[in-house]
Amino acid sequence: MKSTGVQGLGSRGLDQKGRQRRTLLKGAAATVAAGTITGAPMIWAQNIKDVTLRQFGTGVSNLNDVAAKVKEDLGFTLEMTALDSDSVAQRAATQPKSFDIADIEYWICKKVWPAGNLQPMDTSKIENYDKIVGIFRNGKLNPDSVIAQGTAPHSVGFVDGPDGKQFVDNESGWMTLIPTIYNADTLGIRPDLIGREINTWAELLNPEFKGKASILDISSIGIMDAAMVCEAMGEITYGDKGNMTKEEIDKTMAIFTEAKKNGQFRAFWKSFDESVNLMASGEVVIQSMWSPAITAVRSKGIPCVYQPLKEGYRSWGGGLGLSKNLSGLELDAAYEYINWYLSGWVGGYLMRQGYYSAVPETSKNFMSEDEWGFWFEGKESQGEIVNPQGVVMEKAGAKRDGGSFEERMGRVACWNAVMDENQHMVRKWNEFIAA
Amino acid sequence: MKTLKGWLLASPLVVILFCFLLLPVIAIFVVSFWGATEYSYYPAFLFDNYAYLLTSSVTLSVYLKTLMFTVITWALCLLIGFTVAYFLAFHVRTLPMQIALFLVCTVPFWTSNIIRMISWIPFLGRNGIANNTLLDMGVIEEPLEWLLFSEFAVVLAFVHLFTLFMIVPIFNSMMRLDRSLIEAARDAGASGWQILVNVIVPLTKPGIMIGSIFVVTLVMGDFITVRFMSGGQSASVGRIISNEIGLLQYPAASASAVVLLLTVLLMISIMLRFVDIRKEL
Repeated sequence: MKSTGVQGLGSRGLDQKGRQRRTLLKGAAATVAAGTITGAPMIWAQNIKDVTLRQFGTGVSNLNDVAAKVKEDLGFTLEMTALDSDSVAQRAATQPKSFDIADIEYWICKKVWPAGNLQPMDTSKIENYDKIVGIFRNGKLNPDSVIAQGTAPHSVGFVDGPDGKQFVDNESGWMTLIPTIYNADTLGIRPDLIGREINTWAELLNPEFKGKASILDISSIGIMDAAMVCEAMGEITYGDKGNMTKEEIDKTMAIFTEAKKNGQFRAFWKSFDESVNLMASGEVVIQSMWSPAITAVRSKGIPCVYQPLKEGYRSWGGGLGLSKNLSGLELDAAYEYINWYLSGWVGGYLMRQGYYSAVPETSKNFMSEDEWGFWFEGKESQGEIVNPQGVVMEKAGAKRDGGSFEERMGRVACWNAVMDENQHMVRKWNEFIAA
Repeated sequence: MKTLKGWLLASPLVVILFCFLLLPVIAIFVVSFWGATEYSYYPAFLFDNYAYLLTSSVTLSVYLKTLMFTVITWALCLLIGFTVAYFLAFHVRTLPMQIALFLVCTVPFWTSNIIRMISWIPFLGRNGIANNTLLDMGVIEEPLEWLLFSEFAVVLAFVHLFTLFMIVPIFNSMMRLDRSLIEAARDAGASGWQILVNVIVPLTKPGIMIGSIFVVTLVMGDFITVRFMSGGQSASVGRIISNEIGLLQYPAASASAVVLLLTVLLMISIMLRFVDIRKEL
């Protein structure tokens, strides 16, 4: 009699705290109570507070605001570590015990999945699975889209079973990474210092910008930008820019080495801040760049455009992967976290920085109509557009570079990739840097 | 009994050196023969890493560039370091003043290495203080591009960072020098230059050599200064190793490290041929 009383209180308490909090109870009586709340697996609210999940990834999505919101909404602790792309790959491959959740890019996934440190996720436990953008499920944004070159996320998005090591080309129900954010990258320019229209990747090596160009020194991404440039120049036609042959790599690097020797480049950058400084200080007027770096330059009042180019975008996507070591309560907490991640708050937060979320329709609820119109639909802003930290990014009447989601993600020419000839590529890249 | 006591007294040092110097070096040496895939490495006995390293054209050009940086930095550090030490030791008369000025030399070391290096970037940039000043003075028409992200910038930062390592040992040697020798040389009719070349330089050789060892090893092993000051456009041996680590190629990185270690040991052993530091100290 007493025990049911406690139960009643417990379930009422949970009810008041919010129905979203899904919990796991073992035992028949508990299941009854559970059924009355959400009908989903349940965790004791008290227990889950003791859980700490350790997440690491690139600085892009490892935000302290997210950890704070997790604590508030879900009750458990999320520890974030931000690293650069190389270190992320390194840790995912070599230090499985050092993390619970890996926030990695799809091309890194292709590289580290075979090491066996991650476990696939059961998509039936992902609430918004059906709403995830097609790019991450069957590769197609729209049913008639053409799949771009490179490591397209869906091609490394699924494995054949709970212990799967092999990637499969269908929605098998076992997902390697739950997509979190993605974007279409292009060249950043300083319109005030260039003073004319830029519409092709080939401009990066235009002698007009001698000593004022830059490219990023992360081989696996830099080679893609280099390939976009060489193809736009009409110098090389690639079979697949995401999986080049040795000859294609050699030719690409030869063109870039020559440009380097002619003094085309001012510097190479490796970290986000370096790219911001190069652009803001006017050392560089055209360079490969990432979307938030553009906004960082603009928020200093310096004109900077993420220039859409006729050859299309080089795109990338990241997602959350679960460590093989997760089990029991912690695994449930991790699923809870992932479901929360896709439920909209984080998506809205990231989209207000210029990224896209994997489930845009849930993010919409966490954005104002104007923000949604500006960032997602490519419409003219009605009022000031503010970033999540409250800094004004755009004034009323501004339009996003490249337009709407469909226009931008629909024009992806190539995904960040890891090639079969990776080792050869890395060596060639090192020669280029040392040249 | 006496030998036992001696062994016991030496043992803490032996244990520390064995655990923290010898074991890691052995580990690096062993791993340098291992094999690697993109995401893992496995024990093996392969010469692939060395074969690639020793036949690649990159290795040669990178070593040449690193040696070039080393030689130029060393020469400039020696010139500046010796001059400063000479001024402190022989021109400043009172000990308190010498100590005060010596401390002034160490002021830059109160901030971190990286900060001292990075602060050059806004100074030397295209729109930086140096260029703007020169433009305002009418000395130049166009901003000087080679000031930043160039080999000049790398050497400048190295000299700035490492000159003190030259000043300290040379100053130390000069302070221990017996002043009556200079007096004797003067009495025997030597000119100032002759005293410098025939008396002071030979007697400060141990200091010069210790400073040189510092500078050479620091420059040979550097990766961050070269990366920042050349804007990522120049390579050094250290950068190659750091790139390989970043790409999970630990065995290749170990092989590069072993070759670098041998090169530096070789250079130091040659330098020690010129001066018997042990005898001079």
